Amino acid sequence: MSDTVLFTIITLSAIGIIAAVILYFLAQKFKVYEDPKIDEVDEALPSANCGGCGFPGCRNFAEACVKTDDLDSLFCPVGGNDCMSEVATILGKVVAEKTPQVAVLRCNGSPKHRERVNTYDGAENCTIAHNLYGGYTDCSYGCLGMGECVDSCNFEAMYMDKETDLPVIIQEMCTACGACIEACPKDLLELRNKGKKDRRIFVSCMNEDKGGVAKKACDVACIGCSKCFKACKFDSIEMKNNRAYIDFEKCVLCRACVKVCPTEAIHEINFPLRKPKPAVEKPASTAEVKDVNLVAEAKKNTENAKVETKVEKEDTNKQDENKNNETK
Amino acid sequence: MLKTFKLGGVHPPENKFSAGKKIEQLPIPKTVTIPIGQHIGAPAQIIVKRGDEVKVGQVIAKAGGFVSANIHSSVSGKVKKLDETVDGSGYRRPSVVIDVEGDEWLDTIDKSDTFDKEIKLSAEEITKKVMENGIVGLGGATFPTHVKLSVPAGKNVSYLIINAVECEPYLTADHQLMLEKGDEIFLGTQLLMKALGVTEAIIGIENNKPDAISHLENLAKKYSGIKIQGLKVKYPQGGEKQLIKALINREVPSGGLPLDVGCVVQNVGTAFAVYEAVQKNKPLLERVVSVTGKSVKTPINLMVRIGTATSELVEAAGGLPEDSGKVVSGGPMMGKAMADLTTPIAKGSSGVLIFRNEEAGREKIHPCIRCANCVSVCPMGLEPYLLMTLTEKHDYDRVESERALDCIECGSCSYTCPSTRPLLDYIRLGKSTVSKIIRSRKQ
Repeated sequence: MSDTVLFTIITLSAIGIIAAVILYFLAQKFKVYEDPKIDEVDEALPSANCGGCGFPGCRNFAEACVKTDDLDSLFCPVGGNDCMSEVATILGKVVAEKTPQVAVLRCNGSPKHRERVNTYDGAENCTIAHNLYGGYTDCSYGCLGMGECVDSCNFEAMYMDKETDLPVIIQEMCTACGACIEACPKDLLELRNKGKKDRRIFVSCMNEDKGGVAKKACDVACIGCSKCFKACKFDSIEMKNNRAYIDFEKCVLCRACVKVCPTEAIHEINFPLRKPKPAVEKPASTAEVKDVNLVAEAKKNTENAKVETKVEKEDTNKQDENKNNETK
Repeated sequence: MLKTFKLGGVHPPENKFSAGKKIEQLPIPKTVTIPIGQHIGAPAQIIVKRGDEVKVGQVIAKAGGFVSANIHSSVSGKVKKLDETVDGSGYRRPSVVIDVEGDEWLDTIDKSDTFDKEIKLSAEEITKKVMENGIVGLGGATFPTHVKLSVPAGKNVSYLIINAVECEPYLTADHQLMLEKGDEIFLGTQLLMKALGVTEAIIGIENNKPDAISHLENLAKKYSGIKIQGLKVKYPQGGEKQLIKALINREVPSGGLPLDVGCVVQNVGTAFAVYEAVQKNKPLLERVVSVTGKSVKTPINLMVRIGTATSELVEAAGGLPEDSGKVVSGGPMMGKAMADLTTPIAKGSSGVLIFRNEEAGREKIHPCIRCANCVSVCPMGLEPYLLMTLTEKHDYDRVESERALDCIECGSCSYTCPSTRPLLDYIRLGKSTVSKIIRSRKQ
């Protein structure tokens, strides 16, 4: 009995030792050399594996960093400048600082500003809806409100605002990885420089329709009037396809354009409140005019035999509701 | 004996309310909006200016390439504006808006109703006439007909198949056309046969139109080489590949065309349009549209000028019913909901279908229960549940290897799914993404 046990132990140990020796030599023979620096760089990266750098994961980015001569062409948007300088010190290379960026939404078409003209009850996916139809309002450039960008965000930096039906970007959490920009079929999100003191100015509209059409569809659409273009002294505004675009590299954040925009399509973020000047009263009065316009438009629309996927009667009810919301 | 295709298929309720209703001429509207992108291929180039006087049948936009079609004015009057107007999907597309004044036709067009039996033109001349007159496939896909008639060298065509299946429920436009314009359809078929140089043509008709089958069978005695074949009722028999399989038992290879198995398939409406284009020199400026639905007062078949607003057709059918929930352009299976009733009728609009409120909405989506109903009804032998999951997970390599591009978008899978999952919506997304990837790979 004890012999059997002893015999088994000896045989198995012998097999183990022989196998270990074989494996040791095989491992020596087939060894793949890997730069130890790759591991070091990988350590220094945020390990988010978000793909924001253009590589499938952090490890691939680390490999690319070790291989390349020019570190400036690579950038980890999540880790930012701190992370990149750490990588540079590990590799003994130099890297220039990059301006931190953040995603911004270029649509402000909440139900308050855009009238709903149809209902969509297909698959809850922005790209599917985009391929199928223009959108639930007369603006075929605006946000579809199904939150594909929110789903794509790996950093919980976005959420859907139930009231406005638009996604909101939490600036502190946004790493500018660009996932939401890829996800949006309407191309509404853009990476822009964070700006001095996190202040930014941008045109919050992508509508390329003619002014009248755009304005009718949405109160806060860019109507391509070129007023901001004329007001800008720094040549940072470009007019193209009936809409304005502010170049964030050239913009000096003077806010001259914000003041002249007749539809409040140009947004300023993180600026202190303006001093109460007579100019402040002006927007209030235009808001009143807008309300009157809305009512007039709503009347026109009912005349126009607009269709809807809902019964006309219900629709007028809805319009009434909208009006009520407006007055609230 | 009735034939049909073997793989998959569904039997939706037919609901052909407008069957047997005579085709009525819709009065010419006050203005028409003629969209420029009415066909598959390159958009046409507008050649008229604002304020130009146009006559019925005058070319207002020239084909923008070989795979493209001329667009003609369907009315006479003044060009009001060249503008972007909302199409059925809510996007703005370039179109020509014409204010109607009178009804003055071009002199070259033979307006008379007489049946012109003699074929005078040669094959090339027929194809040229078809091209000049902007004929496109009227089954819904709107593929320019002259492209199908120009058979590339090395391909051999043995059969012309006329698609008179009309497998979509509700629609009756083709059915009524066959009853009223039988002779014209036969002559159109003979013209197509001559253009293609084939001696055999088969007209496939589903068995739910026995009057059309017997009517055409009687007429067929007068015309040589044209055979009428009854088919079992099954959706999507009107799909090219399914129809070829049903009629001559040949299978179009994956990614191939009917030409690869020696066939050309044309819709029965196209055959009629070809007759008018060749014998009467009349461009494609009107078509038959069924206006139907469960609560529509008088479901009808209308002969409508291209560019007429959908709302006028709805008025002609007794107005929009109180309980309507959705207006669909085309049939219930493959048609698209319209975002706006001002949408003009285009060359490809075969029907205007009004759904009631309770039919219109989609039901709540439940998880897949792996019943494989979608697999058993897919006429292309795909696995719709799998394609949907893969698309949701963005695994597009596998979407491609699972042959998503073979999907004919018939909607049988979504129709049959007991969990009411939006299978087709996701497969379409998968298809469009895969084709994008393939295109970028080629570059």
